[in-house]
Parts: sequence; structure tokens; C-alpha cells
Amino acid sequence: MSNSLDELVSSEATDLAIDVQGATKRFGGRTVVNSLEMQVKRGEIYGFLGPNGSGKTTFLRVLCGLLRPDGGSGHCLGYDILTQSTEIKRHVGYMTQRFSFYEDLSIEENLNFIARIYEVRERQAAVEQSLERLGLTDRRRQLAGVLSGGWKQRLALAACLIHKPQLLLLDEPTAGVDPKARRDFWEEIYHLAAEGLTVLITTHYMDEAERCHRLAYIAYGNLLTRGTVDEVVRRAGLTTWELTGPDLAGVAKEIRPLPGVEQVVAFGNTLHVSGRDSARLESSVMRWQSREHRCALIESSLEDVFISLMDQSLDNFK
Amino acid sequence: MSGHRFNIHRFAAIVVKEFIQMRRDRLTFGMMVGIPMIQLILFGFAINSNPTKLPTAILCADQSVFSRTLTTAVKNCDYFLFTHEARNEAEARSLLQRGEVQFVLCIPEDFSRKLLRGERPSTLLEADATDPAATGGAVAAMTELVRHSLDRDLQGPLRHLIARPAPVDLRVHRHYNPEIITQYNIVPGLIGVVLTMTMVIITALAITRERERGTMENLLSTPARPAEVMLGKLVPYILVGYIQVALVLCAARFIFHVPLTGSLFLLTCVMLVFIAANLAVGITFSTVAHNQLQAMQMSFFFFLPSILLSGFMFPFRGMPLWAQCIGEVLPLTHFLRIVRGILLKGTGLAEILPELWPLVLFLVVVMGVGIKRYRQTLD
Repeated sequence: MSNSLDELVSSEATDLAIDVQGATKRFGGRTVVNSLEMQVKRGEIYGFLGPNGSGKTTFLRVLCGLLRPDGGSGHCLGYDILTQSTEIKRHVGYMTQRFSFYEDLSIEENLNFIARIYEVRERQAAVEQSLERLGLTDRRRQLAGVLSGGWKQRLALAACLIHKPQLLLLDEPTAGVDPKARRDFWEEIYHLAAEGLTVLITTHYMDEAERCHRLAYIAYGNLLTRGTVDEVVRRAGLTTWELTGPDLAGVAKEIRPLPGVEQVVAFGNTLHVSGRDSARLESSVMRWQSREHRCALIESSLEDVFISLMDQSLDNFK
Repeated sequence: MSGHRFNIHRFAAIVVKEFIQMRRDRLTFGMMVGIPMIQLILFGFAINSNPTKLPTAILCADQSVFSRTLTTAVKNCDYFLFTHEARNEAEARSLLQRGEVQFVLCIPEDFSRKLLRGERPSTLLEADATDPAATGGAVAAMTELVRHSLDRDLQGPLRHLIARPAPVDLRVHRHYNPEIITQYNIVPGLIGVVLTMTMVIITALAITRERERGTMENLLSTPARPAEVMLGKLVPYILVGYIQVALVLCAARFIFHVPLTGSLFLLTCVMLVFIAANLAVGITFSTVAHNQLQAMQMSFFFFLPSILLSGFMFPFRGMPLWAQCIGEVLPLTHFLRIVRGILLKGTGLAEILPELWPLVLFLVVVMGVGIKRYRQTLD
């Protein structure tokens, strides 16, 4: 992919929190992460996207030293990912996809435990502060097991931050969390990034992807695209038309096999039709313009781009 | 169809689902078949509460036809198996104390002289009675033997010696447990059983639970090293184990009045090896089990032969050779001998060494397997 970007990035290598080349991980005969490359600048919120089972979690585990890569090399916070996993663990906060704190310990006990494991200095003060910061002070004696999803997520974040990490790895942190809690969560992430923390976050939500400074998209272990949201959308070269009118379900069925049409997605009372060959797509879509339907050219959304990328990679997979 | 009544289709759907899940969980399924099989084999073939072929030493100071006849008769008796010829009393005593023989038959030097004079010479059967069940049948058989074995030799002019009471006076010394109190055997043994149960089951569960709930992943992503995690998880249970032992020992002393003859310090030290061996089993199980149910089942799988084949419930020497071979592998078997030896016989380090090294070997092998498997589960 864009070589000029890579060169630019490697010239300021000291600014990189994550700098990994050719990371590969196999389980049995299956390659789960295939020669992945990733550069993340310090203080950046980096989105890591891809369909389920595409190797995102495995890559995070390789990064924080839980798994040994089968190939590749790189640095995380300046430490070698192959040999210095202990140092990396010390400075990384990893929030697992599933709530992985002790349900039979209270919030405070959980935080205390993690603080001890990380040998946090002035532990009591650090725990107090983190309770305060995440608004958990009133609930400190509640058992973690009885908390609702949103509060569990807050606790997990508090625990990941207690040792003041330089890099935060968040694996689908907002799955199953209500919109208000999600917004608060992102607010917190922005604060942290502003303080210089680097955040690598995996998500399936497009609105969250758009909030990231930069993002990478992987499918079946392969990196498909990366860059800022605009770059990713632009590079995909996708044209999207919006159709409105009656019987959109029928229209969708008719329009799908037409030349140039790669993707037809219903969005409420509209239909998004996308394809990379804009000329052929236009002639196909325009058949409906004359009738009671209206067609308008719109900007491709990130979701359109990702679904298109996924379809392509599926084709490659076959 | 009404939704309120018991519906056979919905019921069938749940039954089918359960069977599918049962089939998926291979380990559980294997255990469900395996545990009854093991019970059948152990109870059906291995366990014999009336053991025969008990190792016996002979200390014979009298070289005569009569003593040879008596010895031969004992040799031909199924209950006894001659393994040693003791030269003196000290050697005989030591064989008994180390548990190498169950009985020592002593024939005094004036045996034939007294017999011929009709003075009813005494023969002494010294028995290791720590396990009363193991000796009962054999002692009864010996009484019969002594009464009738000499009948053939006492013909002609000696015929009058076959009189009542028997021509020979058999005395039985039941060492270590003269009053044949079953609790003397069971209560010290309980220490081993309780430790096996706690150490294997709780360790296997504690580690599997950590994995099942996903907290292990979290723990491993912290700077905590695997050794710190493992030891940190195990030490509390070791302490619990010692508390259990203290409880059993107190009960043994004050409720059951079991004599605590040997060194408690030695016992405490040996116990550590035994506890470690069981923890190693627990850790190894936890690396195999995917969930707590499986861990529980595997522990039970280990626990069952431990109780039945170790000599805890049934006399070890009553089992067929194959069962004894399995029993010799189990740590509980050796620990039982050690704990009974120390508490009842007052044995010291030198005497328990033959039982100690199999424990250590077991520990090293299982720990090796466990650590190897533990490493694999990380990746």
C-alpha cells in the first residue's frame, strides 16, 4: 500500500508507540495474523477494524506479549515485542473483550489487586484517584459481579489505567454498552489521548471508527487498508447512489445483478447502491431515475467502504 | 397446541439438546462411562478384605523335624508368603517396622525339646496390626495350623501329645495396635485422604475457574509471571491443607486417642512433599480441563483409585498384583504407609525413605507434565 506514507512514518520512528512489521501468528495450520504491519504514533487513537474472527484480538495479544508471534518483528513503546514482553506488559493496559476481573471481589478490591500486581507506588492514593476519576467512589464496595455492563466497563477501564500505562489496548470495549455510556467512555478516551496516552481500539461501530485519528482494517489476517477516515474512503474509490421511492425491496432485487453494482444496502427509507466502476454504476442506477424514484449521488460512508473491502477479501479467499 | 400443557415436542427438543451437548463434551462423556467401569473393576476385582499371601518372616532358633514341619505348613498356607529368614530378633523387628513383612513367626530354640516333653512350647506370631483388617484372617488360620500341622509327626509313641489343648502354645503379638482398634488405622490415613481431596480438587478447580471466567488472560497480560501466579494461587491452599491436618491430628489425639508415637516434625516435612505431589496433579488436571465440571470429574477420577487402591479402606496386600502396581504409583499409598509408620510405629527418616522416593518421583514426573502443558495452554 502507500509506500510514501510508510517512509514518512519510519523517519519519525521515535514518535511511534507501536511499530510492527510482518507480524504473523498461526494456530495449528491456520494463519490468523498474516504478516501484519502497523505503525501507531504516540498520543494517537488508532482504530482497528475487521470482521469477526479476522485476527484483531490475536494481534492485540501478540502486541502485549501474551502470545509469541511465529514471524515478524517490531517494537511496542520502544521495547522489542519478541524479547521484552515483560517490559511491555509493565507499560501497557489491556482491556479484554470479555469482562475479566474478579466478580467475587468488590470494585475496590479488584483495583487494589491490579495495583499490587503492577507494583503501583502509593497504591491507596492511586486507587482512590481512579475510583474518583471514573465515578466509582460510591460503588467501591459493590461486588464486580453485580454491576451492569456499563459499570463493568468503567471498572475494567479504571483497572487498565491504574498503573498509568503509555499504551492502552482496548478490545471491543463498548460492545453491549448503551449510547450514553459509550459517549462518556469516548469522552474519557479523548481526555487520555490528550494527556499523551496512545490508544489502540478494536470496534465494530462505524461511529466509533470515525472518531479515531487513524484506522486499519484487516480481514482474515490480512491488512486491507489503513489511514485517516478520509484517506480510507478516498482510496477505496467507491461511488454511492442513494435511491428513494416506493418498493425499495423490489428495486434492490432488480438492481443487484446489474453491471457496476457491487453493493446494495437498505438504510431505512433509502437504498445505498455502491460500486467502484462509477460510469457503469451510474447507467445502471439511472434506469430508476425516470420513474417515481429519485437517485442522488452521495458520499460513500465508512461502512460502505468496509463492506466492499470485506466482499473483495472474501473473493480473494475463495 | 396449547402453550400451557406439558408439550412432548418441547420436552423432546430439550432432551435432544442435552444429548448433543453431552456428546460434544468428550471428556465428560468419557468420565460418565469411565467412572462406573473403574468402580466395577476396583470393587469387583481389586478389593479383597480378606487378604492372603501376606509377607512373612521366620525367625527359627530350633533345627528339628517339628519346627521344619511347622514352617512348611505355614509356607503351604495361602495366607502367608515367606519372604525373609530373620537371623535375630532385631532384624525381625526392623522388618516389621519398615512394613516389609506383615508377620514374623518366631520358633524358640527349645521348641522340639519342650514339645517332646509335652510342655506346650510357645511359638510367637508377631503381627503388624496397624491395619486390623489385614491380619485378622491370617491370625485365625495360624491358630488352626499350629494345632494340626504337627499331627503327622506326632505318631506312635508321641501320639499322646496330640491332645487338647494344642501341643504348641501360639502367642500372637499385635504390634502397634494391640487392641485392634480400627480408628488407629483409619484416622491417620484420613490425613492423606483429606489432603488428596483438598489439594487435587481445589487446585484443579481454582485454576480452571480462572481460565473459565477469562480472568487468567487478564492476569497473564500483567507483569505477573506464571510462576508467581501459580505459587500465589497454591500457597493459600497449602495452608488450608495444614489446617486440615492439624484438625485431624487433634481429633486423632483427643477424640480417638490414637497414639502419636513418632516425630510430628518429620511428618510435617514429609507432608509437604505429599501436598506438592497432589498440587501437581491438580495443576496438570487444570491444564487439561476446559471447565470446572471437567476438572471436578478428573479429580474424582484420581480420587477414587486413591481411596480404594492405596490401602486406606481395604488392605493393600489383599489386592491382586495389577491393582497393587497401580496402587504403588499413587502418592496416597506411600503417604499412608509413612503417616501410619510415623504415628503408630514411631518410624524415623531412615525407615520411611523407601516410601519417600516414590513420592518424590511422582511429584517430579507429574510436575514436569503439568508445567509443559501449562506452557502450551498459554500459546
